[in-house]
Amino acid sequence: MFKVLIDQFWSLTISGVALGFIYVLISLGYTMVYGVLRMINFANSEIFMWGTFGTVVTNRDLFHYTQLSEPAKGFKLVFVLLSALLVSMAIAGITAVFVEFVAYRRLRAKGTNRLATLISAIGISIALSEVMRLLTASRPVGSPRVLEKLILTEVWGANIRLDTVITIIAAAIIFFILERFIKLSRMGKAIRAVSMNEDAAKLMGVNLNRVITTTFLVGGLATGAAGFFYVTVFEYTKFNIGFTMGMAAFTAAVLGGIGNIRGAFFGGVSLGLLEVYASAVLGTQWKAVTVFIVLVLVLLFKPNGLFGEAVQTTRA
Amino acid sequence: MKIRNYWNLRDWGASVWEGANRTKRVAIALTAIVLVALLPFAGASFLATPIASYDAVLVYPVGIFVLMALGLNIVVGKSGMLDLGYVAFFAIGAYTMALMGTHTGLNTWEIMPFGIAFAMIAGVLLGLPTLRLRGDYLAIVTLGFGEIVRLVVLNSTWSKGPNGIANVPMPPDIGPLKFKLDDQKVFFWVVVIMILLTIWMIRRLSVRRPGRAWEAIRQDEDAAELMGVPTLKYKIWSFTLGAAVGGAAGVLYASKNLFIAPEMFTLNVSILILSCVVFGGIGNIWGVVVGATILGYLPDRIRFISDARMLVFGTVLVVVMNFRPDGLLPRKKREKVIVKKEVVA
Repeated sequence: MFKVLIDQFWSLTISGVALGFIYVLISLGYTMVYGVLRMINFANSEIFMWGTFGTVVTNRDLFHYTQLSEPAKGFKLVFVLLSALLVSMAIAGITAVFVEFVAYRRLRAKGTNRLATLISAIGISIALSEVMRLLTASRPVGSPRVLEKLILTEVWGANIRLDTVITIIAAAIIFFILERFIKLSRMGKAIRAVSMNEDAAKLMGVNLNRVITTTFLVGGLATGAAGFFYVTVFEYTKFNIGFTMGMAAFTAAVLGGIGNIRGAFFGGVSLGLLEVYASAVLGTQWKAVTVFIVLVLVLLFKPNGLFGEAVQTTRA
Repeated sequence: MKIRNYWNLRDWGASVWEGANRTKRVAIALTAIVLVALLPFAGASFLATPIASYDAVLVYPVGIFVLMALGLNIVVGKSGMLDLGYVAFFAIGAYTMALMGTHTGLNTWEIMPFGIAFAMIAGVLLGLPTLRLRGDYLAIVTLGFGEIVRLVVLNSTWSKGPNGIANVPMPPDIGPLKFKLDDQKVFFWVVVIMILLTIWMIRRLSVRRPGRAWEAIRQDEDAAELMGVPTLKYKIWSFTLGAAVGGAAGVLYASKNLFIAPEMFTLNVSILILSCVVFGGIGNIWGVVVGATILGYLPDRIRFISDARMLVFGTVLVVVMNFRPDGLLPRKKREKVIVKKEVVA
């Protein structure tokens, strides 16, 4: 039972960390919005899904790569990857702002119950994923291979592949930039002020609507970057991948303590590792069950997540 | 002011009901029940559904949705706990029916109590540890529970995994009334009876101690606790009663559908039922009934735009929530206060 885990421990660990970093970026979308609005941005999974299509469209339609063409090399490779990343981030960012504008803004101005907001979010998720389903005729879409999956070195019997290395390093850089943005910039300060006390922040002259839009935008950018890495590693996307990835990322956010950006980092990486180890030990089909059971246990015994706010007093 | 009252169906209905004496009330209720019972005969009118058979649509989704929405309303509407895993109880009921129906000689009505009991046990087992959590955290734990139930069923051999269980027996005939696949009127009447029983149960409970406790918990759990309401106990009761209704709906669904598979019990069902509750008006029985009827019926009615119907569905949810955030028929209390103030002024 544990043979696979022991034999392939290091290669599992590396793919787990890479998956974990994708989760980290998606869960930033959940955690930032939650921090500011105390609300699950249910549509974040679909924002991620739209982000993945950004990369596919860039590779396939903008640079005319096909399944048969040679992978890019050298400077061109960097250029293509960077533009795919930027397109994915832009699409996801715009979608996130659009979601906020259409589904949340009016309800927030009315100050109505949280359930109405949740249903509105569910409605916009269904709409977003259905639009993509109609556009792709319900089929999975493969992405042409732009980045050749070179094996760089071998460490303790594990192959270190180029795409996982790029994912881990680039995702860490993006995370670091966002974290600095929240910590140091003027806007980041405003975001943190609103998440601490909305009324007081307003009285201090913070433009609430602009803060909220920025929060959605930044969360969307991170989620879109996750979409790019997902396509680079798995070379495939579909209109309904949002759900599984979104659920896992949300679990990661809760694991680390939702509303807490560093928490999202540790939550994402530990969830990625956990998922990979669990599927090695129990088989892939029990992966999701293990994740949820761990989530329930964490909430029961350490209810504020590993790094989070006090859940028991969270506004219901 | 006057014109607005014509549109305010809920207050109009309430005033008629309050002004009526006992005989009149019985007459109104009986007329309404008879009208609903005659619905399966209206298949030729504008109500007809283009592709699916009309009386089948009335049973599932419409009837079962109303039943489940009423059950979920006990949890979400009455006591204010967000449950995103309601489909688990539906699945437990359905699998109880399928397994016991194919392995033992019992019929649907004899299995019904087992289905309800298993769902209630699951409700207690889930409720005891998790109901200390609140708000979004409770939502995510219940969501996880729903997914766990589905994945366990999907990956186990006793449930035949993704192949599902076929040849679930139909309910036995009741006198001259026969249960048939191509004519589901009798199924519809059974669902209506179950809905009426559920409504009766909720109305009785609402005016008694549990109903008051749920109301207190929904408004402010801490205050309720300080006032001596045993909140955990009543929260578990509300969870368990909701589970019981879900289990009953599951038993009936399996027996009607003759075949069940894990793919019928995805998170989407939980979300859809929750949408029914919120769309119609959280906490108000009639609102929930209206909401579930519309959301169950709409996708089948607009099948002629077949491919885009879920897109329309999502858009409708967003639009209605934006313009009527309390649902189509919101609960009474708050608005009544406003009306009174206007009268005084």
